[in-house]
This record gives sequence, C-alpha cells and structure tokens, in this order.
Amino acid sequence: MKAGLRQSMAWLHTWSGLLLGWLLLAMFVTGTSAYFREEISLWMAPELHHSQPSPETPALAWAALNATAPNAKSWDIQLPEARSPVAQLRWQPDTPQAEDGGRQRGERAVMDAGTGEPLAPRASRGGDFLYRFHFELYGVPRIWARWLVCVATMFMLVAIISGVITHKKIFKDFFTFRPGKGQRSWLDSHNATAVLALPFHFMITYSGLLIFMVMLMPWGMNAAYQDGWRGFFQDVFPREAPAAEGGAAAPMVDIAPLVARTRATFDQPVRRISVDWPNRDNAVIRVATDKAPNITDQRRGGHPTLVFNGGTGELLETQAGDAAVPGAFRVYNLLVNLHLARFADPTVRWLFFLFGVGGTAMVATGMLLWVSKRTQQLRGKAPGAALRLVNGLNIASLTGLLGALAAYFAANRLLPVELAARESWEIRVFFLTWLLALGHALLRPDRRGWVEQLAAITVLWAALPVLNLATTDSHLFSATAWRVGALAGFDLVCLLMAVAGGYALWQVVQRRPVRGQGPLPQRPRPQQSMAQGPRSERGTRTAGDGA
Amino acid sequence: MFTSLFQRLAASSGLGVASRTVAAVFGGYALAACATTALALWLPAAPATAVITANLLSFLIYTVAVLWAFATRSATRAWVGILAPALLLAALAWLGGAENLL
Repeated sequence: MKAGLRQSMAWLHTWSGLLLGWLLLAMFVTGTSAYFREEISLWMAPELHHSQPSPETPALAWAALNATAPNAKSWDIQLPEARSPVAQLRWQPDTPQAEDGGRQRGERAVMDAGTGEPLAPRASRGGDFLYRFHFELYGVPRIWARWLVCVATMFMLVAIISGVITHKKIFKDFFTFRPGKGQRSWLDSHNATAVLALPFHFMITYSGLLIFMVMLMPWGMNAAYQDGWRGFFQDVFPREAPAAEGGAAAPMVDIAPLVARTRATFDQPVRRISVDWPNRDNAVIRVATDKAPNITDQRRGGHPTLVFNGGTGELLETQAGDAAVPGAFRVYNLLVNLHLARFADPTVRWLFFLFGVGGTAMVATGMLLWVSKRTQQLRGKAPGAALRLVNGLNIASLTGLLGALAAYFAANRLLPVELAARESWEIRVFFLTWLLALGHALLRPDRRGWVEQLAAITVLWAALPVLNLATTDSHLFSATAWRVGALAGFDLVCLLMAVAGGYALWQVVQRRPVRGQGPLPQRPRPQQSMAQGPRSERGTRTAGDGA
Repeated sequence: MFTSLFQRLAASSGLGVASRTVAAVFGGYALAACATTALALWLPAAPATAVITANLLSFLIYTVAVLWAFATRSATRAWVGILAPALLLAALAWLGGAENLL
C-alpha cells in the first residue's frame, strides 16, 4: 500500500506537471521579473533617469497641480522614493465625463523631482506588462486568463505535494548530485531546485490562489454576507466616502509646512499627498509617510497619515497606521505580502528573485527530465511525434521566452520614440520573437534547436547593455558612476544572462550528448540525442537565470 | 517506470483514471466549496475572520481531496470519500443559513 501510494503520487506528479508545465514556466519567468517591476519600468523610461529628488519636490508638485488642474475633484501626489526618482501626479477632473462607465482613471503626469518640469517618458508598458502577464497573460479575456492561471497554480500545488510524497528520501536526495549522467542529472537538479526553495514554492503557489480567492472560492463570503465580497471588503477595509460636492472657491495653505510637520510627527519621510476638493472651502489634505514595513500588514493603506483642513492648515486627524488585525488576517496578510515581497528591502528582494529563478529552474528541469526519461526508454530508436512535440515546446518555452524577453527590452531602445501605439509595438516584438522561436523549435525539436536558440539568446542579452550604451546616457558606466543601482543592476543582469547562455551553449556544443544508455551501438545521429538538451548543471543555470 | 505505470493504470482502468480525474477536479472543488461555506458560517468568530479562515483552508482541502482521489484503491472509493463529506458539509452550510447562495 505504501509503495502503491508513492507510485500513484509519482504518476500524478508527472502528468499534472507536464500538462501545465509550459504555462507554469512562463508564469515563473515573468513573475520572477515582477520582483523588479519598478526597476524594469525605470530602465525602460530613460527620459526619467535624470530626475533628482530634492526637499523642494512637494512644493514643486503642489505648484504644478495648481497650474495644471486647480479645480480638480481630487489630487494625488506620489513623491520620489528609493525605487522611483520622479514625482507622479494624478488628478480627477471635476467633469461629468470622468464618472462615465464607472471608470475613474483620471489624468496623470510625471514630474522631474528636482526641477518641477513635466517629463514625457516614451510610451512603454515596462515591467507592468511582464507583471500582468504572469497572472492574466495577454490578449485573452482577463477572467479566462486568470482562471487558466489559477488552474495551473492548483496543478502546481498538487504537483508539489505529490512530489514530496513521491520522494520519501527527498532530503537525502537533495545532497545527491550525479552530473553528466543524463536523466539522473536532470532528476537530481529537479530535486535540488525543488527542495532548496520548497517553502518558497509552496508559499508562492498557495498565496497565488489566496490572492484570487474572491474569484476562485467566493462561497464562504457570499453565504456570510448579504452582498457577498463587497460586504466582506467593507467590513475588512471600512472606508469613508469623501464629500460629494466641492464647496466655494478658496485658496489653500502652503504645503511645505504640512509636509515638515508630518515628517516630524512620525519620523518617516513623506511619500504621498492627496487632496479632496483642492482650492475649495471644504478642501481636505492628507499627508502620508512611509512606514516601517511589517510582514503582516494589511494590503491597502495603513500608512501613518496627518489629515489637514486645506484652507487653514488646521490638523483634523492623526492616523497612526495599521490597527491590530485578528490572527487569521495576519496569516492571510503574511502569505500575500510574501508573494508580493511588499515588505522587502533590496537584499530580501534579491533573495526572492533568486527563489523565483530556482522555481523557474525547478519547472524547467522537470520538463527536461520528462523528455530525457522517455528518450532513454527509446534505446536509440527515433523519437515519435509526441516526444518531438514536447521537446520542441520545451525549447520554445525556455530559450524562446528568454529570447523574447531580451527582444522586448531591445525594442524599448530601438523603436522610434514618436511611433504611434509604441507600447503595443514593444509587446508585439515580444510575441513575434516568441512565435519565431516556437516555429524554429517545432522545426528542429532536437539538439540543433537547443544550440541555435542558446546562441541567439546569448547574443541578444549581451547586446542589451551595448544597445543601452549606444542609445542612452544612463548606460552601465554612468549608472555606476551615479550610483543608481536599479539601472546598473539591470545591465549587469543582462550580462549575467548572456554569460549563462554562453556557458550552456558551450557545454552543449563541446560535449557529445550522453550515450551508452541503450544496448545498440551509437551513431552520431542528431535525432538520437534530441532530447538530452543541455546537461544538468548548465540546464539549471540556463533556466536559473531565466528571469 | 512512469510510463509503464501509466500504461498499467490506463490499460487496467482507463475509465478509472478518467473517473478519478473528474472526482478530483470537480468533486474536490465541490468539497472545498462546501467546507468553505460551512466553516464561514459556523466558525465561532466575527464573520470576516470566519470567512478568511475558511478561505485560508479551502485550497488545502481541495489539494487533499485531489491527492485522495488518486491515492485510494478504487475510483468508487475516490468518489465516496469526496462526496460523503461534501454532502455532510453542504447540510451544515444549509443549516447555518447558506440559503442566500441560491
């Protein structure tokens, strides 16, 4: 019975893993990149790189909004912080159109934090495209894509737990590594990457489902609240509506003293200023600071805030920040905050990034193991159509996606700034490159396919810092001199990707594929070796840097 | 080994695997949904806390149901082991006032 359980779990692990492995791989690669979503967005907007935060920034933003939208319904100023050097201005025009269709996006502008000049970054979806792709794909109706992604996530949860049951000696296996042995090496890499970050894999999967619990499992809140999730959220995050009508026109106080007072009150830098009914006699100004991040914080708000009367500057309310929440919510917040790395300082962010890379490697080595095992069982016979298809899809979803990612970044530097629908063209370049890689991989689902795509991605990633050097003045050298870690780090990761790709390529080219597994004498036919791909340790690194 | 096991499973009980899969995917979801509803209504806590606790557990319940469907000896046992607790929990949820779901 015990062996029976392990066998059935092995079967479940293998087939649930294969069925959604490609989608999971794409989710892992783009999701890992999302840990540096803001840094990627910054890199993709060179027009913002010269902005320098200054103590004058709040006053400059205040003046800019007073000049641009003095009679708006509301203002929102996001001041620069470590991950973004600019000030983001948003306002809601006081016009009936703004409320049409229930969408109140409002207007927005980006301001140079040092000079107060408006900035016009090139149109780009930046890191947001990759972040969104990891849970709602692209060009698919959002609700379908989210369900599909959640089904894949559920499969992964099943694969993780059945995988642990399958390997009763999993922690012993973790220390077993047999390089250069084809399938065995893939199995060892798969075990190592899985166990190394097992808590992370479980956390990222389970919290991913929890983030979509309203969509996936609404039955409890629908039964407990008459108006379902709306009632639940009103209960959890009570919100007071702002005054419905603006009063008579009236000048507002200077913002600088309010900022200084808030900063002194909470001993934290001010991050955000919002105003209801600016320049009216019922104007309310909220000045919010950073907060010491806490891993069990609520997702929304919770920043220490002072609320002022806009006309007199009188203090109306002091909001100390997060109230204590019940234990169950702390567990929920903990899992969700871990998924989003909301609390993370740069070191922890890099750690999560590396875990994501490990997750990518785990899925990738699992997929390669599937092919390797079945190729070995052929004992030298030519692989059938199904095996060739799986191998082709593996190539496209691993090296193809990494190539598409590099092409997306290259398009950001190469497409003309004034091109119409420019941000869509960047995304088209991404998908066209991926499609090209898929076509190539399906035509050559063998060793040549791996070699050619590894060569292509090595060149592409190595080209990115060079391209950056040629097209911007915030390239690796100046970013290093300016000590802007986000920009220098981006180029360095590109170089690392190129090194990893080149190393994998070198290993595949140099060493013949693993032989001697079948009884037949081997002839150097490429088809025989199609499924071996890059061998274990390189494969891990190839996949490993896949984010 | 995986392939031969799969072939054995498929050959001996192709229908069995299909039946287990349906039990796991849909039966498991039904069980998780019933458990979430019953817990949200019956847990001795404020409504919001009961709901979030139930939801925290829901995907664990689903996963255990899926594993059960493939681990147990026969497809029939898979179905009974999922549907029986689901019905029990559905009855509990009904008693707790889940009729506003309908």
